[in-house]
Amino acid sequence: MMHVGLEHYLAVSGALFALGLACIVLRRNALLVFMGLELNLNAANLALVAFSRYGGHAEGQVLATFIIAIAAAEVAIGLAIIVALFRRRATIVTDLLRSLKG
Amino acid sequence: MTVYDAMFWFFGLALLLCGVLVLISRDAVASALFMVLGFVFLAGLYLLLEAWFLALIQILVYAGAIMVLFLFVVMLLDFREPRRWWHGNLLGWLGAPLAVAALLAALLPVLKRAGALAEAPEKWFEGTLENVMTPVFTRYLLPVEITALILLAATIGVVVLGRKETKP
Repeated sequence: MMHVGLEHYLAVSGALFALGLACIVLRRNALLVFMGLELNLNAANLALVAFSRYGGHAEGQVLATFIIAIAAAEVAIGLAIIVALFRRRATIVTDLLRSLKG
Repeated sequence: MTVYDAMFWFFGLALLLCGVLVLISRDAVASALFMVLGFVFLAGLYLLLEAWFLALIQILVYAGAIMVLFLFVVMLLDFREPRRWWHGNLLGWLGAPLAVAALLAALLPVLKRAGALAEAPEKWFEGTLENVMTPVFTRYLLPVEITALILLAATIGVVVLGRKETKP
Protein backbone atom coordinates (compact mmCIF):
# COMPACT_ATOMS: atom_id res chain seq x y z
CA MET A 1 0.00 0.00 0.00
CA MET A 2 1.17 3.49 -0.84
CA HIS A 3 2.40 5.88 1.80
CA VAL A 4 -0.19 8.57 2.56
CA GLY A 5 0.66 11.84 0.84
CA LEU A 6 -0.85 14.96 -0.67
CA GLU A 7 -2.84 13.07 -3.29
CA HIS A 8 -4.70 11.04 -0.65
CA TYR A 9 -5.90 14.17 1.10
CA LEU A 10 -6.94 15.67 -2.24
CA ALA A 11 -8.90 12.50 -3.07
CA VAL A 12 -10.79 12.70 0.25
CA SER A 13 -11.43 16.38 -0.40
CA GLY A 14 -12.77 15.66 -3.89
CA ALA A 15 -15.05 12.89 -2.63
CA LEU A 16 -16.38 15.15 0.14
CA PHE A 17 -17.03 17.89 -2.41
CA ALA A 18 -18.94 15.42 -4.59
CA LEU A 19 -21.09 14.40 -1.60
CA GLY A 20 -21.83 18.05 -0.83
CA LEU A 21 -22.74 18.64 -4.47
CA ALA A 22 -25.08 15.64 -4.44
CA CYS A 23 -26.68 17.02 -1.26
CA ILE A 24 -27.26 20.40 -2.96
CA VAL A 25 -28.67 18.97 -6.18
CA LEU A 26 -30.73 16.06 -4.85
CA ARG A 27 -32.16 17.03 -1.45
CA ARG A 28 -35.60 18.66 -1.28
CA ASN A 29 -35.23 20.22 2.14
CA ALA A 30 -33.71 23.72 1.91
CA LEU A 31 -31.82 23.21 5.19
CA LEU A 32 -30.13 20.11 3.78
CA VAL A 33 -29.23 22.00 0.60
CA PHE A 34 -27.52 24.47 2.89
CA MET A 35 -25.69 21.70 4.75
CA GLY A 36 -24.41 20.44 1.41
CA LEU A 37 -22.93 23.89 0.86
CA GLU A 38 -21.10 23.57 4.19
CA LEU A 39 -19.71 20.19 3.11
CA ASN A 40 -18.38 21.85 -0.05
CA LEU A 41 -16.68 24.61 1.94
CA ASN A 42 -15.05 22.05 4.22
CA ALA A 43 -13.84 19.99 1.27
CA ALA A 44 -12.19 23.13 -0.10
CA ASN A 45 -10.66 23.83 3.31
CA LEU A 46 -9.20 20.33 3.49
CA ALA A 47 -7.58 20.74 0.06
CA LEU A 48 -6.17 24.15 1.08
CA VAL A 49 -4.71 22.82 4.33
CA ALA A 50 -3.20 19.80 2.57
CA PHE A 51 -1.56 22.02 -0.08
CA SER A 52 -0.32 24.36 2.63
CA ARG A 53 1.18 21.47 4.61
CA TYR A 54 2.96 19.75 1.76
CA GLY A 55 3.83 22.90 -0.18
CA GLY A 56 5.44 24.47 2.88
CA HIS A 57 3.67 27.85 2.86
CA ALA A 58 1.22 29.52 5.24
CA GLU A 59 -1.21 30.95 2.66
CA GLY A 60 -3.46 27.89 2.42
CA GLN A 61 -4.19 27.82 6.13
CA VAL A 62 -4.61 31.60 6.23
CA LEU A 63 -7.21 31.31 3.46
CA ALA A 64 -8.92 28.42 5.29
CA THR A 65 -9.19 30.62 8.39
CA PHE A 66 -10.85 33.35 6.32
CA ILE A 67 -13.21 30.80 4.75
CA ILE A 68 -14.35 29.63 8.19
CA ALA A 69 -15.00 33.23 9.28
CA ILE A 70 -16.97 34.01 6.11
CA ALA A 71 -18.85 30.70 6.38
CA ALA A 72 -20.08 31.74 9.82
CA ALA A 73 -21.50 34.98 8.37
CA GLU A 74 -22.97 33.12 5.41
CA VAL A 75 -24.69 30.53 7.61
CA ALA A 76 -26.25 33.26 9.76
CA ILE A 77 -27.66 35.06 6.71
CA GLY A 78 -28.77 31.86 4.96
CA LEU A 79 -30.59 30.50 7.99
CA ALA A 80 -32.27 33.88 8.53
CA ILE A 81 -33.49 33.74 4.93
CA ILE A 82 -34.80 30.18 5.44
CA VAL A 83 -36.61 31.22 8.64
CA ALA A 84 -38.15 34.23 6.85
CA LEU A 85 -39.17 31.93 3.97
CA PHE A 86 -40.79 29.47 6.36
CA ARG A 87 -42.71 32.26 8.10
CA ARG A 88 -44.12 33.48 4.80
CA ARG A 89 -44.74 30.24 2.91
CA ALA A 90 -44.92 27.64 5.72
CA THR A 91 -42.67 25.25 3.82
CA ILE A 92 -38.98 24.81 3.03
CA VAL A 93 -39.38 21.99 0.51
CA THR A 94 -37.55 23.44 -2.45
CA ASP A 95 -39.75 22.04 -5.23
CA LEU A 96 -42.85 23.59 -3.64
CA LEU A 97 -41.24 27.03 -3.82
CA ARG A 98 -41.69 27.76 -7.49
CA SER A 99 -43.39 31.12 -7.68
CA LEU A 100 -40.42 32.52 -9.64
CA LYS A 101 -40.90 29.82 -12.28
CA GLY A 102 -42.86 31.36 -15.15
CA MET B 1 1.37 0.60 7.01
CA THR B 2 2.35 3.05 9.72
CA VAL B 3 0.14 4.38 12.51
CA TYR B 4 -0.11 7.66 10.59
CA ASP B 5 -1.48 5.88 7.52
CA ALA B 6 -3.96 3.89 9.60
CA MET B 7 -5.22 7.07 11.25
CA PHE B 8 -5.55 8.77 7.88
CA TRP B 9 -7.67 5.92 6.51
CA PHE B 10 -9.79 5.83 9.67
CA PHE B 11 -10.48 9.57 9.74
CA GLY B 12 -10.88 9.88 5.96
CA LEU B 13 -13.29 6.96 5.56
CA ALA B 14 -15.26 7.95 8.69
CA LEU B 15 -15.56 11.49 7.31
CA LEU B 16 -16.85 10.24 3.95
CA LEU B 17 -19.25 7.85 5.69
CA CYS B 18 -20.63 10.77 7.70
CA GLY B 19 -21.00 12.71 4.43
CA VAL B 20 -23.04 9.87 2.92
CA LEU B 21 -25.21 9.68 6.05
CA VAL B 22 -25.82 13.47 5.88
CA LEU B 23 -26.98 12.95 2.30
CA ILE B 24 -29.36 10.04 2.94
CA SER B 25 -30.70 10.71 6.45
CA ARG B 26 -34.42 11.41 6.37
CA ASP B 27 -34.37 13.47 9.54
CA ALA B 28 -32.76 16.94 9.40
CA VAL B 29 -31.62 16.60 13.02
CA ALA B 30 -29.87 13.30 12.23
CA SER B 31 -28.20 14.95 9.21
CA ALA B 32 -26.97 17.85 11.34
CA LEU B 33 -25.60 15.52 14.02
CA PHE B 34 -23.81 13.34 11.44
CA MET B 35 -22.33 16.54 10.08
CA VAL B 36 -21.01 17.47 13.54
CA LEU B 37 -19.44 14.00 13.78
CA GLY B 38 -17.96 14.40 10.31
CA PHE B 39 -16.42 17.74 11.30
CA VAL B 40 -14.79 16.08 14.30
CA PHE B 41 -13.18 13.54 11.94
CA LEU B 42 -12.16 16.39 9.63
CA ALA B 43 -10.48 18.04 12.62
CA GLY B 44 -8.64 14.72 13.06
CA LEU B 45 -7.39 15.00 9.47
CA TYR B 46 -6.24 18.57 10.23
CA LEU B 47 -4.31 17.21 13.22
CA LEU B 48 -2.63 14.66 10.95
CA LEU B 49 -1.66 17.57 8.69
CA GLU B 50 -0.21 19.33 11.76
CA ALA B 51 -2.70 22.18 11.32
CA TRP B 52 -3.20 22.44 15.08
CA PHE B 53 -4.86 25.83 15.04
CA LEU B 54 -7.35 24.97 12.29
CA ALA B 55 -8.27 21.70 14.01
CA LEU B 56 -9.15 23.69 17.12
CA ILE B 57 -11.13 26.26 15.11
CA GLN B 58 -12.91 23.48 13.24
CA ILE B 59 -14.19 22.02 16.51
CA LEU B 60 -14.92 25.35 18.22
CA VAL B 61 -16.46 27.29 15.35
CA TYR B 62 -17.79 24.70 12.92
CA ALA B 63 -18.88 21.76 15.06
CA GLY B 64 -19.60 24.01 18.02
CA ALA B 65 -21.14 27.24 16.76
CA ILE B 66 -22.30 26.80 13.17
CA MET B 67 -23.90 23.38 13.55
CA VAL B 68 -25.61 24.45 16.79
CA LEU B 69 -27.12 27.29 14.75
CA PHE B 70 -28.39 24.71 12.25
CA LEU B 71 -29.91 22.56 15.02
CA PHE B 72 -31.45 25.66 16.57
CA VAL B 73 -33.18 26.55 13.28
CA VAL B 74 -34.41 22.96 12.83
CA MET B 75 -35.96 23.22 16.29
CA LEU B 76 -37.39 26.68 15.57
CA LEU B 77 -39.04 25.80 12.27
CA ASP B 78 -40.90 22.64 13.33
CA PHE B 79 -41.50 21.53 9.76
CA ARG B 80 -42.66 18.15 8.60
CA GLU B 81 -40.01 16.23 6.69
CA PRO B 82 -41.15 15.53 3.10
CA ARG B 83 -41.94 11.86 2.50
CA ARG B 84 -39.05 11.37 0.11
CA TRP B 85 -35.82 13.29 0.57
CA TRP B 86 -34.77 13.40 -3.06
CA HIS B 87 -35.94 15.42 -6.03
CA GLY B 88 -38.16 13.70 -8.55
CA ASN B 89 -36.79 15.60 -11.52
CA LEU B 90 -34.68 13.88 -14.14
CA LEU B 91 -32.40 16.89 -14.52
CA GLY B 92 -30.97 16.49 -11.04
CA TRP B 93 -30.36 12.76 -11.38
CA LEU B 94 -28.63 13.25 -14.73
CA GLY B 95 -26.90 16.47 -13.75
CA ALA B 96 -25.44 15.35 -10.41
CA PRO B 97 -23.37 12.40 -11.75
CA LEU B 98 -22.34 14.52 -14.73
CA ALA B 99 -21.16 17.31 -12.45
CA VAL B 100 -19.28 14.84 -10.25
CA ALA B 101 -17.69 13.22 -13.32
CA ALA B 102 -16.62 16.64 -14.62
CA LEU B 103 -15.18 17.47 -11.21
CA LEU B 104 -13.20 14.22 -11.07
CA ALA B 105 -11.98 14.71 -14.63
CA ALA B 106 -10.72 18.14 -13.64
CA LEU B 107 -9.13 16.77 -10.47
CA LEU B 108 -7.36 13.73 -11.94
CA PRO B 109 -4.45 15.62 -13.58
CA VAL B 110 -3.85 17.43 -10.28
CA LEU B 111 -3.90 14.11 -8.39
CA LYS B 112 -1.36 12.66 -10.81
CA ARG B 113 0.97 15.63 -10.37
CA ALA B 114 0.39 15.97 -6.62
CA GLY B 115 3.40 13.86 -5.70
CA ALA B 116 5.65 16.26 -7.63
CA LEU B 117 4.03 19.29 -5.99
CA ALA B 118 4.93 18.15 -2.47
CA GLU B 119 8.14 19.57 -1.03
CA ALA B 120 10.75 17.69 0.96
CA PRO B 121 9.55 16.76 4.48
CA GLU B 122 11.82 19.27 6.23
CA LYS B 123 10.09 22.13 4.36
CA TRP B 124 6.57 21.07 5.39
CA PHE B 125 4.48 23.74 7.06
CA GLU B 126 3.42 23.35 10.67
CA GLY B 127 0.15 25.15 11.37
CA THR B 128 0.82 26.50 14.83
CA LEU B 129 -1.08 29.54 16.03
CA GLU B 130 2.00 31.72 15.52
CA ASN B 131 2.76 30.41 12.02
CA VAL B 132 -0.82 30.88 10.78
CA MET B 133 -1.72 34.12 12.52
CA THR B 134 1.46 36.12 11.90
CA PRO B 135 0.72 36.47 8.15
CA VAL B 136 -2.95 37.13 8.93
CA PHE B 137 -2.13 40.19 11.04
CA THR B 138 0.75 41.47 8.90
CA ARG B 139 0.51 40.78 5.18
CA TYR B 140 -3.23 40.04 5.14
CA LEU B 141 -4.37 42.79 7.50
CA LEU B 142 -6.63 44.43 4.91
CA PRO B 143 -8.59 41.19 4.25
CA VAL B 144 -9.03 40.82 8.02
CA GLU B 145 -10.59 44.27 8.18
CA ILE B 146 -12.83 43.48 5.20
CA THR B 147 -13.88 40.23 6.89
CA ALA B 148 -14.78 42.19 10.01
CA LEU B 149 -16.91 44.47 7.86
CA ILE B 150 -18.62 41.49 6.23
CA LEU B 151 -19.39 40.01 9.66
CA LEU B 152 -20.91 43.33 10.71
CA ALA B 153 -22.98 43.46 7.52
CA ALA B 154 -24.14 39.88 8.13
CA THR B 155 -25.17 40.72 11.69
CA ILE B 156 -27.19 43.73 10.53
CA GLY B 157 -28.69 41.67 7.71
CA VAL B 158 -29.83 38.93 10.09
CA VAL B 159 -31.43 41.47 12.41
CA VAL B 160 -33.30 43.05 9.47
CA LEU B 161 -34.36 39.66 8.06
CA GLY B 162 -35.49 38.38 11.44
CA ARG B 163 -37.77 41.33 12.21
CA LYS B 164 -41.51 40.79 12.28
CA GLU B 165 -43.13 42.26 9.21
CA THR B 166 -45.06 45.43 9.93
CA LYS B 167 -47.92 46.50 7.74
CA PRO B 168 -47.01 49.74 5.93
